[in-house]
Amino acid sequence: MSTRNLLFDIAMTHLYGRARQTLTSIIGVALGVGFFIAMAAMMEGFQGFFTQKIIDVSPHIVMEDEFRERPRQPVSWFFGYEGTAISLQGIKPKEEIRGIKNAERIINTLSQMPGLHISPTLEGQIFYRYGSTDVSSSLKGIEPRKEKKITKLENDIIAGQLDDLLTHSYGVILGSGLSDDLNAKVGDTLTGISVAGIIKKMKVVGIFHTGITELDKNVSYSLLKDVQVLQNRANVINGIRFALDDPDMAEEVSRQIEGQFQYKSVSWQEANEGILSVFVIQDTIRYATTGAILLVACFGIFNIISTVINEKARDIAILKSMGFTEGDIQWIFIFQGVLIGVVGMILGWALGYGLSVALGSIRIKMEAIITTEHLYIVYDVMHYFWGGVACMFAATVAAWLPARKAALLRPVDIVRGASG
Amino acid sequence: MSEVSSVLIETRNLTRILPLEVPVTLVEDVSLSIDAGQFVSITGPSGSGKSSLLYLLGLLDQPSEGQVFIDGQDVTKLSSQDLCRIRLKKLGFVFQFHFLLSEFTILENVRVPMRKLAKWPEKEQIERAEKILEDLGMEDHLHKHPFQLSGGQRQRVAVARAVANEPLVVLADEPTGNLDTKNSDIVRDIFRDLVRTHRTTVVMVTHDLELAAQTDRRVHLVDGRVVS
Ligand SMILES: Nc1ncnc2c1ncn2[C@@H]1O[C@H](COP(=O)(O)OP(=O)(O)O)[C@@H](O)[C@H]1O
Ligand SMILES: [Mg+2]
Repeated sequence: MSTRNLLFDIAMTHLYGRARQTLTSIIGVALGVGFFIAMAAMMEGFQGFFTQKIIDVSPHIVMEDEFRERPRQPVSWFFGYEGTAISLQGIKPKEEIRGIKNAERIINTLSQMPGLHISPTLEGQIFYRYGSTDVSSSLKGIEPRKEKKITKLENDIIAGQLDDLLTHSYGVILGSGLSDDLNAKVGDTLTGISVAGIIKKMKVVGIFHTGITELDKNVSYSLLKDVQVLQNRANVINGIRFALDDPDMAEEVSRQIEGQFQYKSVSWQEANEGILSVFVIQDTIRYATTGAILLVACFGIFNIISTVINEKARDIAILKSMGFTEGDIQWIFIFQGVLIGVVGMILGWALGYGLSVALGSIRIKMEAIITTEHLYIVYDVMHYFWGGVACMFAATVAAWLPARKAALLRPVDIVRGASG
Repeated sequence: MSEVSSVLIETRNLTRILPLEVPVTLVEDVSLSIDAGQFVSITGPSGSGKSSLLYLLGLLDQPSEGQVFIDGQDVTKLSSQDLCRIRLKKLGFVFQFHFLLSEFTILENVRVPMRKLAKWPEKEQIERAEKILEDLGMEDHLHKHPFQLSGGQRQRVAVARAVANEPLVVLADEPTGNLDTKNSDIVRDIFRDLVRTHRTTVVMVTHDLELAAQTDRRVHLVDGRVVS
C-alpha cells in the first residue's frame, strides 16, 4: 500500500511537470468521448425516431396482390419441369384482374394467430384536383376500426378525426405535405379522379402529419368501400396489412405468411431496406470518425508518456537500482495514462451531455427523409458506457506501450551514461 | 559461506563479457572476498572496469561467468524480483551523479527507499530520515528541493538515501568525482563514520589515490583484472 502511494506520488510529479501537455491530452480524450456521445445521441435519435415512426404509422407487414416469382409457362406445368425443348412463344401475360383471391379465407386463417392484427385494404393511385392544382396520391382504403389496431395513424392526425371518415361519404384524410401542395384544409371539397376513370367529390375530413416526408407527401386515406367504388373494384382488396405485438418478429412472420399463401408479404424492414442500410453506413462513419479522434488522443497520451520516460530515465534508473521492480515502474506510467483517460472520460461525458442538450435545443426546419423542426436526441447510458470503455482501453494501451519500455530499461545503461 | 563468518561479499572467477560483434571484456576472472565492516576502495585507470565490477557486486548487471555471493547467498541465479528485494534491503548505491528526484524535497528523497521497503510506519520513517540528514549536517535543508543545494550537499543527500534502509553494503561509484576537496573530505568522513559506527561495508570506486590510501583495503584493477 505504501508502495502504491509512493508510485502515485511519483506519477503525479510527472504529470504536474508537464501540466500543459497533460491538459492537452485530457482535452483530446474528452473530445473523442464527447463527440462519440453527441453523435450517437443525434444519429440514434434520428434513426430511432425514423424506425419508431415506420413501426407506428405503417403496417409491420403488407401482403400484396402479387408474387415474387413470374408465373410459370403452361408447358412447364404440363411436363412438370422447366427448360424443356418445347416453349410456347408469344404467350401474352393475361390481364389478370389483380387483387388477393380468397382474402376472406386468408384473413380467417391468420386471425387465429396470436399477437397478429389484420386489416384489409385496397390501394390505388388517384389524382386530386383543387382549384387549379393537380396532385397525385396513393389512396388507401381502410376501415377505421381495424386501422386503429394496425397503426397509430390516429395519433398523427393534426386536424379533423379518423372517425369522421365514417360520417362523410367520400371523406378523405390527407398527408400534411399533400394538403400543403393542394392548399386544401379540413372542410374543403376536392375532386378525386381514379385511374379507373371514376370521378367523385371528396371532402377533406382530416390531415395527418407523421414526420416521414414520403408518407406525408404521398398518402391519403378513405373508407375501404369508397375506394372500392372509386377504383371500380367492388369487394376487391389488393392488400392485407398486419401489425405485430412484437415488431421485431416482422421478417420471420412475413416469410411464414408468404410461405403459406404465396402472396408477396413485405416486412417493414424489407420495405425500408434502403434507408436501414444507409443507417449502417452512417454508423460506420460515426465509429470511424470518433475512432479517429480517439486515436489522435491516444497519440497524445503515447507521446506525453514517452516524453516523460525519456526525460526521467535517470529517475527510473535510480528507482530500479534501489529495488523497484519492473511492475512498479510500469505502474507509474500506466497510471498516468489511466488517469488522463479517466479525467478525459469524465469531461467527455459532460461534454457529450452538453452537446446533446445543445443539439436538442437547436431549432432547424428540415424537410429531408423526415420533416422536423428540431433534431431528435436520445440519451442512452450505454453511449456513455461504451464511450468510456473505448476511451479507457485506448488510454491504457497508449500508456502501456511506452511503460513497458521504461520497465525494461537497464539502470546500468543510464548510470554509465551519467557517470562516465 | 560459513568458513569465514564475517565475509559479506564474495566473487568467484567473475567475468563479464559484452556479447557485441567484437566481444568486449569488462571484468575478467575476479575472485574477491570482502569482510563485513570493511572500507574497500577500487582503483584503476579509466576504462579498467571499476564501474563494471561495482555493477556486478550491486546486482545491477549479470556476470557472463562466475558467481557472486552476498551475505552467504549465491545471487547469480536469482529471479529479477529477488534481486530487487536484495537491492532494496541489503544494498545502497551512490553514483557520481546524485540521481535525486528533482520534484521531491530532500526529506522525501531520503524516504523513497523506506516507503518502498515499508518496514517502518510513516512517522518513524520521517524521524529516521531527519536523523540521518542531521548526522550529515543537512538539518537546515530538509524541505528544500535538490536544485536549491550545492553539489556537495546533493551528494550528501544521495548518501543519506543510500543508507536509509540500513543496508549491509554501500556501493559508491566515484562519489567524490564531481566534488572539490572540501566536499570530498566530508563524503569520505561520512563513509568512514558509517563503517565505524554502523559496521556498514563500503565499497567505493575512486581514481583518487590519496583517498584510496585512507581506506582499509585497496583493490586495483587493470584491464578488468585485479592486480593487487
Ligand atoms: N556498452 C559498452 N560497449 C562497449 N564498450 C563498453 C560498454 N560499456 C563499457 N565499455 C568499456 O568497458 C570498459 C570498462 O568500463 P568501466 O567499467 O566503465 O571502466 P571504469 O569505470 O574503470 O572507467 C571501458 O573500456 C569501456 O569503454
Ligand atoms: Mg567508471
